[in-house]
Amino acid sequence: MKLDDSRPIFQQIKEYIEDMIINETLAIEERVPSTNEFAKYYKINPATAAKGINELVDEGIIYKKRGVGMFVTEQAKEIVFQKRKSAFVTNYITPMKQEAAKLGLSYEDLVEMVTKEEEHNEN
Amino acid sequence: MKIEVINLSKRYGKKTALQNLNFLIEEPKIYGLLGKNGAGKTTFMELLSGLMRASSGELLVDGVTPFDNQRMMENICFVGEANNFKKELKVKHVLNINRLFYPTWDHSLAEELIANFNLDMDTKVKALSKGMESALGIVVGLASKAAITIFDEPYIGLDASSRSYFYELLIEHYDKYPRTIILSTHLIDEVSALFEEVIILENGQLLLKEEAETLRESCFSISGERQKINNFTAEKKVIYQKDFMNERTVVLLEEDRTTIENAGFSIHTVSLQDLIVYLTDKKREVKQ
Repeated sequence: MKLDDSRPIFQQIKEYIEDMIINETLAIEERVPSTNEFAKYYKINPATAAKGINELVDEGIIYKKRGVGMFVTEQAKEIVFQKRKSAFVTNYITPMKQEAAKLGLSYEDLVEMVTKEEEHNEN
Repeated sequence: MKIEVINLSKRYGKKTALQNLNFLIEEPKIYGLLGKNGAGKTTFMELLSGLMRASSGELLVDGVTPFDNQRMMENICFVGEANNFKKELKVKHVLNINRLFYPTWDHSLAEELIANFNLDMDTKVKALSKGMESALGIVVGLASKAAITIFDEPYIGLDASSRSYFYELLIEHYDKYPRTIILSTHLIDEVSALFEEVIILENGQLLLKEEAETLRESCFSISGERQKINNFTAEKKVIYQKDFMNERTVVLLEEDRTTIENAGFSIHTVSLQDLIVYLTDKKREVKQ
């Protein structure tokens, strides 16, 4: 992951861990790098890294074991999945529909484009 | 340590370097001290380091003025841009002098860093390249472990990989020994992720003091049809504005992403570096 300066860094750290959970690079009960490891590796302020990690703890995606570290919870993948699914509309569907309206594309046009794109990928 | 800045002013003859500065630094954090050349950054850091006296107002560290107060100055390490050390001294002498001065000095750390930066203990300061002299300054700043450690553009002549090493060291040692670190720099893109809070000076006055992450979450550039933008931004904090054909682009501070998105404008985020440019460049068209 490469950090960019135009978005809160804690969010980027958070999404990075979530991505690893979604694609199972981090499995259930696996250890998540610590705040200090993130801070040192990405050369970011430790408080910033901690903010991202603490939000994941609050959301039940990772949990702290005292003196040992942080680990992926059993329900982590499901929580992240649900979260991403509800963000999907705002992040992808709404902008797509706005652009479609600008270009005068109908609902049918959109469905056709999605289907075609899928076929194209299969070939 | 608590740093209280109360109506602080500093004048050099007729020139005013700092004018009625007021703010408070309460927690050990990494602070970015930013602003254009001549904004008063170095003057502030020199006052904080006890190197000179204020013209009026006060700068108190844990309730006392650092100027001419050795017990207080032992807690404050200032690493300037250049000429931090006497030219005739050898590297090892520089370390030994600082070892005597700072009660918190970590000599084994100093030796380790000297080796990592490939400095020779027996070289005289005058024989060091600019980059090597900067590296020596960085070593002293980190090894001092002073409760307030100040770096004023500490990397003249340092190449990109040494700067990157410096950032890594800074994070590592701040993490191990939390303290107040003030870093003043123009290379904002390179270091902005290190800051927890930024303090921006402009013409000797405080322009902004805010958490870096809050700024990243609340500063946006938006574009749209001129009249629509005007209606939307009427009551908002616009710090920059530019027109192209019928489109107007404005930079907003203290704004909420969702509000903008719901209003349907195209939105771009603004990096800390760009934000400083927008805030401090008066030549641009700024609407109040």
